[in-house]
Amino acid sequence: METAKKNTGAAYGLLAPGLGWLVLFFFVPMAFMLVRSLSTHTVDATYHEHYNFDWNLQNYKDAWNNYRGDFQRSFIYAGAATVLAFFIAYPLAYVIAFRGGRWKSLLLLLVIAPFFTNYLIRTIAWETILSDNSVVTQTLRSLHLLSLTDSLGWTSGDRLLATPLAVVTAITYNYLAFMILPLYVSLEKIDPRLLEASLDLYASRVRAFMRVTLPLSLPGVFAGTLLTFIPATGDYINAELLGSAQTRMIGNVIQSKFITFHDYASGAALSFSLMAIVLVLIVLYAKVLGTEDVSTV
Amino acid sequence: MAVADAPQTMVPDSAAPARPPSHFWRKVRWHALNVYAGLVLLYLFLPISVIIIFSFNDPKGRFNLTWNQFSLDAWKSPFGAPGLESAVILSLVIAFVATAVATALGTLMALALARYNFFGRSSTNFAVFTPMATPEIVMGTSLLTLFVITNQPPLGRSTILIAHIMFCISFVVVTVKARVYGFDKRLEEAAKDLYADEFTTFRKITLPLIMPGVLSAAALAFALSIDDFVVTQFNSGSEVTFPLFIYGASRNGVPVQVNVIGSLIFLIGVGLMLFNLLVQNHRAKSAQAESALLVAEAMSREGKDD
Repeated sequence: METAKKNTGAAYGLLAPGLGWLVLFFFVPMAFMLVRSLSTHTVDATYHEHYNFDWNLQNYKDAWNNYRGDFQRSFIYAGAATVLAFFIAYPLAYVIAFRGGRWKSLLLLLVIAPFFTNYLIRTIAWETILSDNSVVTQTLRSLHLLSLTDSLGWTSGDRLLATPLAVVTAITYNYLAFMILPLYVSLEKIDPRLLEASLDLYASRVRAFMRVTLPLSLPGVFAGTLLTFIPATGDYINAELLGSAQTRMIGNVIQSKFITFHDYASGAALSFSLMAIVLVLIVLYAKVLGTEDVSTV
Repeated sequence: MAVADAPQTMVPDSAAPARPPSHFWRKVRWHALNVYAGLVLLYLFLPISVIIIFSFNDPKGRFNLTWNQFSLDAWKSPFGAPGLESAVILSLVIAFVATAVATALGTLMALALARYNFFGRSSTNFAVFTPMATPEIVMGTSLLTLFVITNQPPLGRSTILIAHIMFCISFVVVTVKARVYGFDKRLEEAAKDLYADEFTTFRKITLPLIMPGVLSAAALAFALSIDDFVVTQFNSGSEVTFPLFIYGASRNGVPVQVNVIGSLIFLIGVGLMLFNLLVQNHRAKSAQAESALLVAEAMSREGKDD
């Protein structure tokens, strides 16, 4: 259908400003950061910082040796939040897509509306919700659920605030829209006749869901999980406002390296490692989900 | 997870399952899913209600985290906290400028990508996609590294703007591109047949046709910019935007006014979306919802192509 024009001069003219901006302020900075991460950082007697680019891998070795736990924690929290968000979001997206009827637009509005308020204000609101004397905490405590999560290591000291559970709860909430919208998009596109056909062929509803609806919504699952997981791995606000020293994520470490200690060399190595791990995970994930038939988007 | 079943309205009676569960259980299952969805909506609004309720609080100490007593003080002087007003204004100014520049640059890129076949097209698509798949902290720190090394421009408003324009462009490209693919190219050819030059064709035909997509993209860019904390924190120098103000305040007590501004932004946003919905009646989607959906769609496609 698309008979693209061949006038490449005009195309490059249209592209130049935007692409130039992206190259100059996304790719060039990445290269600068890579160089810096391979430099030796010294501070002289007059507190001046010096960086000497000498292909020094020490920053990466330090990142691995000293902050392995923080990397691990970040990916575990981000993974847990992504899985939770998926199970929270899928039924809602399903109901809006298949049963929304003329209320679809309004329901979508309701899904997006909470994310109009600033990210930090929302996180601070969770501080109130999870605080020691809040309704939520007291209810969980009186049901002895907090002693259960304490024994699992998700919480500690019979409280919610300053625990892994609090951090994961807030991360899950803060990125939920990124999960719901892609799922909705892919579910909304499914032709209901396909479902009817499977039911005509005597599939049970569970089977019809597993064999028709779920596979057809995989592109949305892919986009939603990535849109949640990627920002969650680098997040440091939730861990800072709702966590403790024991819930430190790699984002907190990177932030303190750059902003508190001005140690750009090791900060750059940490930042680059994070990016590299995320990219590898994306590729692996695409390979796994790619084996399914997702060609009918 | 709740087992999803098909809406009854869409499935004719003839399509009854092989082993039909009793009518009662089918009803329960049908309603259970709706109830679950309703609970999720409530959960989405839980922090929002806390924000609004605590905007009427008169906190005992500096921390507005526990309820003390009802007060309208903060609503009477929404900018009563020192530094808050200038922070909000700076955020608005940056959001407007970043939106304007990113929308212009992104729209041009989208036109090139959707309409022309040129060498380097897929690498350009890759270049557009990568920033969206990068954790914000990586973008923030790499830009800071660049600015510190080059020492130009000094950290401040200009560096915040540069950063915001950068991360908005990709989202604009994706949103507008979807719109350009959707329209009938013969309209442009007709204009050219009638001796309109390139520029006139663009102004009279192309631009009006892609305008809804451009507006959606602008709305999304504005929302991204005004809410951004991470990238801004690394590149702001001594400037304070609204999110940076809240972050600074979170250490020694967020003033109640922040809740008032937060509530106002929420109410204005929802009001605009509702208005949009009512005016356009049935097939209405808010601009932001629409562009968010388009971005989501593009991400799904990108995943497939990998």
